[in-house]
Amino acid sequence: MRAYLPSYELVVPRTLDEALALLRDGPGVWRPFAGGTDLMVLLEAGKLEHRKFFSIRHLSELRGVGESDGRVRIGALTTYTGVRRSDLLARHFPLLGLAARETGGIAIQNRGTVGGNIANASPAADTPPALLVYGAEVELVSASGARRVPYSEFHTGYKRTVMRADELIAAVHLPRPGEGARHYYRKVGTRRAQAISKVCFAALAEAVGDALGEVRIALGSVAPVVLRCPRTEAVLKGRRVDGELLRAASEELAREITPIDDLRSTARYRTRVARNLLGEFLSGLSGRGV
Amino acid sequence: MTDAPGRISVSCTVNGEALTFDAHPFARMLDVLRESLRLTGTKEGCGEGECGACSVLIDGELVNSCLVPAAQAEGARILTVEGVADDERLHAVQQAMIDCGGAQCGICTPGMVLAAVSLLERTPRPTDADIREGLAGNLCRCTGYMKIFDAVVRACER
Repeated sequence: MRAYLPSYELVVPRTLDEALALLRDGPGVWRPFAGGTDLMVLLEAGKLEHRKFFSIRHLSELRGVGESDGRVRIGALTTYTGVRRSDLLARHFPLLGLAARETGGIAIQNRGTVGGNIANASPAADTPPALLVYGAEVELVSASGARRVPYSEFHTGYKRTVMRADELIAAVHLPRPGEGARHYYRKVGTRRAQAISKVCFAALAEAVGDALGEVRIALGSVAPVVLRCPRTEAVLKGRRVDGELLRAASEELAREITPIDDLRSTARYRTRVARNLLGEFLSGLSGRGV
Repeated sequence: MTDAPGRISVSCTVNGEALTFDAHPFARMLDVLRESLRLTGTKEGCGEGECGACSVLIDGELVNSCLVPAAQAEGARILTVEGVADDERLHAVQQAMIDCGGAQCGICTPGMVLAAVSLLERTPRPTDADIREGLAGNLCRCTGYMKIFDAVVRACER
């Protein structure tokens, strides 16, 4: 059933300071509203439980992609389209653009934001596996200051995060990966556009001589949170890619993920797909000298 | 400001005309366009951003108007299907949809037209893959898509 609109509020603070003051004066009372691609769906379905929101979409402090001290800052309000159009991100963080182009369709990409994708805290979100692989930090702001949290520690359980009720996501910060690192992203869903993933796989590998150096792997839709896979990474690090290593890593990955049966897929299918994607990632590396 | 409790006054430009409307700040722009402004060319399909029937351009960007709350339309420049033609002269995409039989029941057509117009503004010479991607957020249950695809190809040739 559709929501009864008069029971909801959506206010528009003029500045970031005004927005943070709202959060300070009533933590938990007000929540941010950015592109609306998740919240408007819940509202229309009559499932939006929270009632008081403030729009942040116009706040310039939360926009823009820039670089300083070798780190790239992506403002929380950067849309998927903004990610796709950024030469800086395409050059150093190609997985983000690949994830953005497979999120929704063009109309969703024009409204949905990187910060919203994080705050919504869906384990099936498309950009978070890429953010995990790139070692992102989340910049949180409140009326009392700012802090940075490693993204790997941000999600504490299904739809739960370390954010305080008075905080807002301002940006994500990414250290540049090494030159020559290999990047891999693949989302498996019912179709490329619009579909929510059955499995989403992002990975990065650096080579040291003819062996693997640093390897980072993260998946969506295989656990209550988007999941970095350090045990599988440890199996791979420092080794040469061959059939035996592929089997060992694949078996470790199957132990490390905890997918479930739901309306989009089954645990068994997700495990099979995750292993196949790991195989595709690793085979692609060995084909080119790593 | 309006006197009605909980409603706000929003000023924006729709199809080139500056106007002001009153609405709840969470009212969907889809409903504002259809019900307050009587621009019923914009259609409602799924109401959850999946089908693209309610597509319009806001500040030159394709959006699902069912996902845009009125409060975020302040100062916006909105283009609906009613504003795509230049008076009596149809846009190349509209003419091509007619010529290629790209419209059947017509519910998806306004959204498809806006998606195609948006694509051609960004990419005047799209590849086949560009066209498929540009239309991928718009669902059609009649045509099987090929005639719509052909219409976009035809529109590029004009």
